[in-house]
Amino acid sequence: MAKASDRRAAREDLKRIIEFCRSIEEKGLNPFLVNVDDLIAVIRRYFPNLRDPDDLSLDAEALNRIASVIKLQSEWVKRRASSLYRDPFLIEEKLRNLPLERLTEAFLKAWHPIIELEQITTGSLERAVKYWRDLAPLDERWKREGLFETRMETTTREEMIRQGLLRDEAFISEIESLWRELRKSVGADGRIEYWDFIGADSYRETVRRAYLTSFLITYGYASLEYNPLEERILLRPNDKPISRMEVQPYSFPISISYERWREWKERRGG
Amino acid sequence: MERAARRIGRKRKYSMMLRRAAQLIFFKRHMEPGVKGWELRRRLGSDYPKVIQLLDERLRELGLTVKIVFEDGSGSENPTIEQLDKARFYVTLREELTLEDAKMIGWRIDDLAALAVTLAYIISKGGKAPRREVEDLLKVKIPGWRVEMNLNRYLKSGYIIEDEKEMLYLGWRTRAEVDEKKLIDLLLGEEL
Repeated sequence: MAKASDRRAAREDLKRIIEFCRSIEEKGLNPFLVNVDDLIAVIRRYFPNLRDPDDLSLDAEALNRIASVIKLQSEWVKRRASSLYRDPFLIEEKLRNLPLERLTEAFLKAWHPIIELEQITTGSLERAVKYWRDLAPLDERWKREGLFETRMETTTREEMIRQGLLRDEAFISEIESLWRELRKSVGADGRIEYWDFIGADSYRETVRRAYLTSFLITYGYASLEYNPLEERILLRPNDKPISRMEVQPYSFPISISYERWREWKERRGG
Repeated sequence: MERAARRIGRKRKYSMMLRRAAQLIFFKRHMEPGVKGWELRRRLGSDYPKVIQLLDERLRELGLTVKIVFEDGSGSENPTIEQLDKARFYVTLREELTLEDAKMIGWRIDDLAALAVTLAYIISKGGKAPRREVEDLLKVKIPGWRVEMNLNRYLKSGYIIEDEKEMLYLGWRTRAEVDEKKLIDLLLGEEL
């Protein structure tokens, strides 16, 4: 674009288009207030002369906003055509002027509250008493497990060895031994619940197994499958280690908290 | 003889599944009441839609019903098993509450009216409305401090949800409890 004044005018017009479309979107106004053809004509007029990356970026943003408005127009038509559509101004008028009693009466005719119970049962009370009876006092449990609250931090293999969580032997052979164990542990579908595999009699051993298992996955000895619908995490051993070089790596954090371990152990009847 | 025994066995099995289904739906186990279809499948087997239908018939006598809320918010007439698995099942009142009943379960008349206004306004705006607009509408008849308190109550109980741009939407509880079309028709039918 030759003149600086022309470039300034183009920027201002593009910014104006962006703001106008954004306000339609955010305020829920009638999207047909926007004359899409006019806005496209403005963009088309400026586009051939745009060179600066910032100007091109503004141009793309303006186009994107117009696309959003077109989407809103389509939704607007669909809503108007649906059986639920009623004139919003008429509804607002009624809401502003009807007395509270009549609003409530109308609402009560359309309202069917959920019935839910939060009551404890005799069975669960019995189980809770048994759990409480068997639960060691906090100071004893903490002494036994040697736990203390600390900040969450990253750790290294060397640090794990220093703390005695990992044995100082050939790391890969340890991983491979765990891989063999995993292959033997899976069910008919070739998978096992994550916690059923890493869970052990002590919390310390559980953490150790979780740490090693993370390497099983990283090194391609096993795959982690997560089903968000059922909130299940499963491990599937691979027949041979798969190279992850060509796959986009991603992290999947799993909390190995003491409480979660207790819960798992209780469920296992431990 | 054998057939009769089989029939009794089947009846006993369904009766047991019915009890289990009722416990699953009635007792609140997560933050949200009710139960997902796939949870019912896991506990009752693939025949769970039949069990739910039987439960609904049984609940009719008590003035209750099983309400199925589909994931996309649609009211499917003939849902597929996949839609049912993803849907959430609740037990709701089949009949209407009177104002006296509503007061007994902790609702003041102006709280209910404010809820009606909030939901109807959001519905009229196509499912979302800026919080500021809803507040302004409520403040016409309710003091400001109460408006704030009410909106927070509706948010907490799941009637509405709010995004980071202070836009209000209908929440999961509204989908489960409120007949949106009926509410709007009733309000429009009221004479001023």
